[in-house]
Amino acid sequence: MITVDWPTYVQLLGLVQNSIIAAAVLGVLGGLIGVFVMQRDMAFAVHGISELSFAGAAAALLLGVNVVAGSLVGSLIAAALIGVLGARARDRNSIIGVLMPFGLGLGILFLALYPGRSGNKFGLLTGQIISVDIPQLGLLITISTLVLAVLLVIWRPLTFDSLDPEVAHARGVPGRALSLVFMVLLGLAVAVSVQVIGALLVLALLVTPAAAALRVSASPVLVPVLSMVFGLVSAVGGILLAIGGSLPISPFITTISFAIYLVCRVLGGRRGALARRSRVASTA
Amino acid sequence: MTPSQTSPETSPAPPLSPVLSVRGGALGFGGRTLWRDLDLEIAPGEFLAVLGANGSGKTSLLRAMLGQQRLDAGDVLVDGHPARRGDRAIGYIPQQKIVPPGTPLRGRDLVMLGVNGHRWGPPFSTRADRERVDALLTAVGAQSYADQPLGTLSGGEQQRLRVAQSLAADPSLLLCDEPLMSLDLQHQRGVSELIDRRRRDHGTAVVFVTHDVNPVLDMVDRILYLAHGRFTVGTPDEVLRDDVLSGLYGTSVEVIRTRGRVIVVGAPDEHHHLHGAEEAAS
Repeated sequence: MITVDWPTYVQLLGLVQNSIIAAAVLGVLGGLIGVFVMQRDMAFAVHGISELSFAGAAAALLLGVNVVAGSLVGSLIAAALIGVLGARARDRNSIIGVLMPFGLGLGILFLALYPGRSGNKFGLLTGQIISVDIPQLGLLITISTLVLAVLLVIWRPLTFDSLDPEVAHARGVPGRALSLVFMVLLGLAVAVSVQVIGALLVLALLVTPAAAALRVSASPVLVPVLSMVFGLVSAVGGILLAIGGSLPISPFITTISFAIYLVCRVLGGRRGALARRSRVASTA
Repeated sequence: MTPSQTSPETSPAPPLSPVLSVRGGALGFGGRTLWRDLDLEIAPGEFLAVLGANGSGKTSLLRAMLGQQRLDAGDVLVDGHPARRGDRAIGYIPQQKIVPPGTPLRGRDLVMLGVNGHRWGPPFSTRADRERVDALLTAVGAQSYADQPLGTLSGGEQQRLRVAQSLAADPSLLLCDEPLMSLDLQHQRGVSELIDRRRRDHGTAVVFVTHDVNPVLDMVDRILYLAHGRFTVGTPDEVLRDDVLSGLYGTSVEVIRTRGRVIVVGAPDEHHHLHGAEEAAS
């Protein structure tokens, strides 16, 4: 896998340290927002948003404007459409199902028209963080930090609305407004992740870490913490493994993230058995 | 559970101000009147059961009390002010629902949502919050399973936690929407006794929407019976009578009392309203 010697590797590490910082922030963000993606059952929405984000980025590439900005516009349009038209789960899935191929098709059209390097084209679908330049990295980190900050402020009401909507609304938690705000945050998170891991693989950062964490815990503190750690390990680990070789980063990220999920599934099965046993013990 | 609420409201003096009042309330959907000219006052500590068929406007009435449903006419006042969303004076207990396995919520977390789930800001619970949750869990006898994932708990255990959650802000009015639905008899008893004890000890008024009055029959002070755009309010003995319900439905209805249970027979298109009782009769 690693085809370079250690001194060269350290040198490379220095060159990509900005990418590593960005990946770390994205890993944390993906892990945290993923908890809500799972709670609100929106994994499919993440996929749908990412395809429109890809279309936006491809359009930006074709027009010669900022790719991150294009990706953001595509994401936010998709998130707003899904949020406004898809309040109910069934409506939402059909809207996503309609938007997704349209977005992907548009993106492919723009890329076909784009005369530039093909590496850029492929990168949007499968990841390209190494090729993101410094100002764009700064933008990614700024957006991620902003999303994290808003997420922390709305954390409790959003949890209440996600897990116990009926009582939350009786308590005056503004469910509709929260779900629209969440869609915008999700749109931003997806746009940022598309830059790192590519539109097709966004789920590996926004869903897999949270799904893994939910396998081993039901604690509202431990689940986000674990999910964050899993996201971080996947994103940063993927870069660290990839830079020594000639393979792209994304497969490393998706594989680490998947491996963590597998381990958690196995541990979760044992935890379930343990919990049942301790339940019997404590009631005895 | 602070004692501050008990002293003025459970004193034997006549209740000064009702916890809840509906004045000239009317609501309809699509040209059909659910109820109108509804006047209702509920005193502190009073237990009101709301009966009626599906679609008779029971849940809409609860929603109006929660400030989620605007009436076509009339007012709903809670503690003297118009009903509003997120009123801390109201505790709400929904019916038991299936919790998907893998839901990241333990028993105590459900109660914690009642304590601080509405609060904005960094999601760190204070020591006071945690002590409050412990006190609530103790009050409903749920400590032994407080750390189990919600999805692994029985319906009865979940509803005990729901009672604890609803009491988080020490409400003066408890709104219950079919809280005993799909519980077995023993748990129906346990959960309704918790609610009954709360209103006796703390003077909390209870509005209890149900399709089957039998599990709470000996606790109920008054019944609001909704049917066919009309309603009747009174004590169980005043309402659960052949002539009263026949008048309400406009057809001959028979109320049978047997072994401490009430069975309503012959209510037109009311196949659900005293469902449990009818099953018992058959």
